[in-house]
Amino acid sequence: MIEPVSVSFESLKIATLMPMLLAISGGLLILLIDLLKSHLDKSIYIVLSVMFILMDLGSVLSLELNSRGFFDVIFIDGIAMLSQIVILVASMLFIAFAFASNRFHEYQYPEFFALFLFMTAGFQFMVASDNLITIFVGLETASLSLYTMIVLHNKDKSFEAAIKYFTMGAVAAGFYAFGSMILYGLTGSVELYKIFEVLEARNFEPMILVIVSSLFFIGAFGFKLAVVPFHTWGPDVYEGSSAALAGYISIVPKIASFVVVMRIFEQLIHSGVDWIQGVLYAVVVITMTMANIWALIQNDVKRMLAYSSISHTGFVMSAIMIGTTQSNSGIFLYWIMFAFANLGAFAMLWASRKRGIRYHERYDHPFEKFAGMVKLMPLGAVMMGLFMLTLAGIPPFSVFWGKLYLISSAINANYTGLAIIMALNSAIAVFYYLKLVIFMFLKDPVSSLDGSAYMTNASISLKVVLGISAFFTVVSIFFVNPILEMASYFVAMSGF
Amino acid sequence: MNHILTILIFFPALAGLMGFLVDKKSIKPYVVSITLIELFISLYLWYGFNSAEIGMQFVEQANLIEAFGVQYLIGIDGISLFLVILSTFMTLIGVVSISDDTEDLRELLLTILFLEMTMVGVFVVLDAILFYLFWELSLVPMLYIIGAWGGNKRVYASIKFFLYTFTGSIIMLVGMLYMAYLYYQASGTWSFSLLEWYRLQLPLDYQIWLFVAFFLGLAIKVPMFPFHTWLPYAHGQAPTVGSVILAAVLLKMGTYGFIRLSLPLYPDATVYFLTPIAILSLIMIIYTAMVAYAQKDLKQLVAYSSISHMGVIILGIFALNPEGITGSIFLMISHGIVSGALFLLVGVIYDRRHTKMIDEFGGLASVMPRYALIFGIMAMASVGLPLTIGFVGEFLSLVGFYKYSHIMGIIATGTVVVGAIYMLSAYKRTFFGKVVNSENSKLSDLNLREYLTLIPLTILVIVLGIYPKPILKPVDESVKAIISLMHQKAVTEEAKKIIPNIKIGEEARK
Repeated sequence: MIEPVSVSFESLKIATLMPMLLAISGGLLILLIDLLKSHLDKSIYIVLSVMFILMDLGSVLSLELNSRGFFDVIFIDGIAMLSQIVILVASMLFIAFAFASNRFHEYQYPEFFALFLFMTAGFQFMVASDNLITIFVGLETASLSLYTMIVLHNKDKSFEAAIKYFTMGAVAAGFYAFGSMILYGLTGSVELYKIFEVLEARNFEPMILVIVSSLFFIGAFGFKLAVVPFHTWGPDVYEGSSAALAGYISIVPKIASFVVVMRIFEQLIHSGVDWIQGVLYAVVVITMTMANIWALIQNDVKRMLAYSSISHTGFVMSAIMIGTTQSNSGIFLYWIMFAFANLGAFAMLWASRKRGIRYHERYDHPFEKFAGMVKLMPLGAVMMGLFMLTLAGIPPFSVFWGKLYLISSAINANYTGLAIIMALNSAIAVFYYLKLVIFMFLKDPVSSLDGSAYMTNASISLKVVLGISAFFTVVSIFFVNPILEMASYFVAMSGF
Repeated sequence: MNHILTILIFFPALAGLMGFLVDKKSIKPYVVSITLIELFISLYLWYGFNSAEIGMQFVEQANLIEAFGVQYLIGIDGISLFLVILSTFMTLIGVVSISDDTEDLRELLLTILFLEMTMVGVFVVLDAILFYLFWELSLVPMLYIIGAWGGNKRVYASIKFFLYTFTGSIIMLVGMLYMAYLYYQASGTWSFSLLEWYRLQLPLDYQIWLFVAFFLGLAIKVPMFPFHTWLPYAHGQAPTVGSVILAAVLLKMGTYGFIRLSLPLYPDATVYFLTPIAILSLIMIIYTAMVAYAQKDLKQLVAYSSISHMGVIILGIFALNPEGITGSIFLMISHGIVSGALFLLVGVIYDRRHTKMIDEFGGLASVMPRYALIFGIMAMASVGLPLTIGFVGEFLSLVGFYKYSHIMGIIATGTVVVGAIYMLSAYKRTFFGKVVNSENSKLSDLNLREYLTLIPLTILVIVLGIYPKPILKPVDESVKAIISLMHQKAVTEEAKKIIPNIKIGEEARK
């Protein structure tokens, strides 16, 4: 006779689960409203989503640091807190894009917003756990929602993108499962802290299995983060998604993956498994350099931004490879700074979307589209130019401070060679960002176009988001210190 | 006068932002008055400057990124004082020289105001990150000026300019971060303050690597041979005002960087690299002078002569004695005035004939006598004729360098002759002889706007050529302070021997 399992409700600490529950119930509520009364205007869903994300954010902020809950699968440490805040704030800014002036297919479906909230919850599960199974569940929840959201854009290209992303994502999920399986087989646990306890106790023997499982993890997160050579889906997916969603894909899923990668690999790197560090070093350098070179030859602004964000990912991955507290807080500084600039750049693309006008038979946003923009739409051109210079890392705009801090952390950890590679890559990157600036400021407009296309999709809320990002990128110098102090505090609290 | 430097940096930028509200028709008077006010503020700074005091003056300090040691730290000494005045003065001249019928006049003028902010910023900040910030930021307005108002190949020229300087300076940034790391290891706190870094003594091998990293960034900006290839393009394509500011001020950032960063931070590495750098500068002087002689385009000729003179400045700096460095700083100022004036003069003729080819001209002296006179004075100053501004700096730099190495000093002095050859032959071909081309016979002489820009420059060329002391005195004090710091900091015997031990301040007066 088995004893009945009795778990007291208090011991569950349901509060740790509260943020995700809020997001999920928000999604369910939206579906319910649609069931009761369909064909409502999108604005109600947008506002509801924003409100639920706000509540979500509130409950994240009220969480107790370094606590576990819900059968100990939820683990709220510093980086879990920090990354959830970043994810939620970015999500909130991106959902405001739905207030576009033009009617777009995907926003007519309430399911889009429900999926959006489910996805947010998925990312939160991913970062707020050190249990391999919970991470997997979060990863898949988020990814499946994302695939569907891409395809809702309802263009040939978006079907292609979604299928491509889905297939690659399935492979990545397989890799992840294999990697976890090996770790479970070695240690009999799916909780990372226990796994590493056991592994350290026997000095990482048998080494070959540890290495194989890390290879699987590198593969899995290589796909998710789109690092070279797992990047091939990236540019096509960016191109197929709407600019708003592409901006989202370039920021939020990646920060969630960074956190998981940090949890898995920091321990391995610090316990002297040199081989893994070597592989990561190679991946980082190749990702940064190759993506930059590919970005140089793109004819489409969105594809260029896709490759450039792969390069930025490589830049940030180097921090994980370095693995000091400084570099790990640098990840958050860099990503927050990058998020605002990238948000602004994609918002500008989104604003310039006009249905029925094709500038190029192949591309939606060819460089020619922006030729001479300063003459037709000076303010828009200045904004876009600002975001390009920011992404290029020109001081004093936001991304520069992230670069500065990461390069410095590379130097401090005695990776001077890597620091120089990072610096040179920044110099290469300047070229393709400047290309757009040159088209906008130094070339004459293509005669057949008038200026009406550039801001046609800009609604008030979009302009507000643009204003916020532009303001933040310009005065970011005053935000660096508070962000850095917060990030260092949280990262140090979690022991990375 | 507590916050005068902050005002000096940000006033043009603020006025530039406000400028978007000013009507297009009245934008030029607006910008001229702003730059005039800025010039007066910088002159007031000179008035308040105490040249007997050693060290930085008008210092302001505030924390920007406390966790990482980045500060808002600004202050000036005798060296930066005159470079600031040069910037504000040449900006005013450049702004006045722009004609009213320029396309997109407002954008051009406001861009110049932003450029002025970055130029003043570079010369007054004392924090490495802030220095880098203004240094890089200055590329953006210049990119726009060359790229939007330049000649046919303007886009190519502007990108080349940007990429070249950016690549060099990002290596310098890595050097700065490494330096900060070394400082952190030595002191336990993060700081990018140059004044703190000056106190750090480093072993020679560290110094060598850091010197190389800084050298790349600074040498490309100067531009030193063999990194000079971006400059002729930039000058050739830039509009007149762009060339004036580029030659007069932006190039000085590089040489200023050598004096402010490389020399006092890495005295031993400076001595270690002395001979190679001196050889590079000699090649730079002779080679670019020869290239200048071969030019058919008057503006390219001025551009190459400008590079050639930058070589003399570098030589003076690496003489590592008070005469050489003081001379090179004076030469920076005189080069700013003279090359700025020469570019203005080329612009004058280009406005009338829309060509810069020397072959197209000839006998201009009879058609435009006043223009020919001013051009002649400037050409003499560029050659370094005694009693013009060009003589003082060149003479002091060469004397300083002669002290270090007699042979190279003599060779360097010989190069001045080469400089005279191309300048005088170009002058002869342009102004003397008969008017061959009938189009030239109807050219009008200078107009009021051109007088307004050229007369002040001419007066300065002669006055400072005869009586340079008001500038030399304060500069000399600050230079001595830097050299004595270098001597104290040097760790190798050789450096102690080459860098003279100079008494400064109270000790000197005893």
